[in-house]
Amino acid sequence: MKQFSNRYIFVFSAIMVVVVATLLSLAATLLQPAQEKNLEIEKKKSMLESINIPATRENTEELYDKYIKESFVINSKGDTVAGVNAFTVVLRNEQKKPLEDQYLPVFKAIPDDGEKVTIIPVEGKGLWGPIYGYVSLRSDLNTIYGVTFDHKGETPGLGAEINTPGFEGMFPGKKLFDEGKFVSVRVEKGGAAPDDVHGVDAISGGTITSKGLQNMLFDCIQKYIDYFNKNRN
Amino acid sequence: MARQGKEPIFSAKNLRLLTDPVGDNNPITVQVLGICSALAVTVKLKPAIVMALSVIIVLTVSNVVISALRQYIPERIRIIVQLVVIATMVILVDQFLKAFVFDVSKQLSVFVGLIITNCILMGRLEAFAMANKPFPSLLDGIGNGAGYGLILVIVAFFREFFGSGTVYGYPILQKIGIFHTGYENNGMVILPPMALIFVGLIIWVQRSRNKSLIEKK
Repeated sequence: MKQFSNRYIFVFSAIMVVVVATLLSLAATLLQPAQEKNLEIEKKKSMLESINIPATRENTEELYDKYIKESFVINSKGDTVAGVNAFTVVLRNEQKKPLEDQYLPVFKAIPDDGEKVTIIPVEGKGLWGPIYGYVSLRSDLNTIYGVTFDHKGETPGLGAEINTPGFEGMFPGKKLFDEGKFVSVRVEKGGAAPDDVHGVDAISGGTITSKGLQNMLFDCIQKYIDYFNKNRN
Repeated sequence: MARQGKEPIFSAKNLRLLTDPVGDNNPITVQVLGICSALAVTVKLKPAIVMALSVIIVLTVSNVVISALRQYIPERIRIIVQLVVIATMVILVDQFLKAFVFDVSKQLSVFVGLIITNCILMGRLEAFAMANKPFPSLLDGIGNGAGYGLILVIVAFFREFFGSGTVYGYPILQKIGIFHTGYENNGMVILPPMALIFVGLIIWVQRSRNKSLIEKK
């Protein structure tokens, strides 16, 4: 192999970096619309799952428009904040703000059984990374109608079980309030009693994820208490 | 490429570049490279196939690029250049997956990015592309990618079959009705260590068929 001068090496590296940078930024810019569309569909899809409507990528948009009736943003006092699109609120960014400045998205849906369902997004920490999902409540704003959870990188077979129907299926019918006091839903290690309306079974081997999920539910839902109290019927 | 005209494009030597890594010089079972991703993405057939295709594309293109530039790459920074080429390709593939097969890209998550650290790639660039013309490098890339992919697909087939009772998402065992006989899916097969056992079984089969692969004592 030839010997190359230092100058050659510098020029070579500089050209290489410019070519690669151009290529990558071009790809990122051109593919961005498609990628954002995917994320949007993903979000709508999980919202539909939380009210027990299975959607495919193809019919998500259509079903979303059919079932999700309105969306708005409230503050921690339970008052509506005008001029903010609930769908584009990024929960992770909101959670960094002081509580009174946080935007809290609310989505209203009416599934086929006619129940007026309220969907709220939740996000928290699992073992390896963020966990997130949607919790939908019946019109009494107390009973859980459905939930959907997802995660960035929990351990498959252990923490990752939170997004399986087996785990999510335990939530419908559970109650958030006990005689008017907010207690959220606990994730019980060793299994919740069958008649416990505030507890579900934890995941064996997924203790930290289970705990994270329990904290996520408590922290995120409690911000809505004022709203719930004002709008309960 | 002009000088290559003397040699037929698919000469025996060139064909062996394609077939060797699929069989007797397989990157996973013989060279024992790329094991990490083989454990991680083989729970289901679909992500395994996408992963295999991604590796084939990344490896082939990087091989050709490095081979075409091999006269111009300063030796002192060749490893950096190789890494830059691989990393660029991996990011491009990742972006395309995110845009067009979002579900699969979610399942593969970090492992697409980790193709960068897959030893097969650096190994082929350094050992082959730096010293050979673009066309043989192309074949070498396809061959090694396919050899890697083949093992991935075999392992994924068995893990999905025994672990989830499906083949490419199709619930075959349920259709046969075998669950009525008391058969249950083996949850352990889904865990990563079991992939190692499957890879081990493949190595066993391969070496018992071809004794020359067995190391001399």
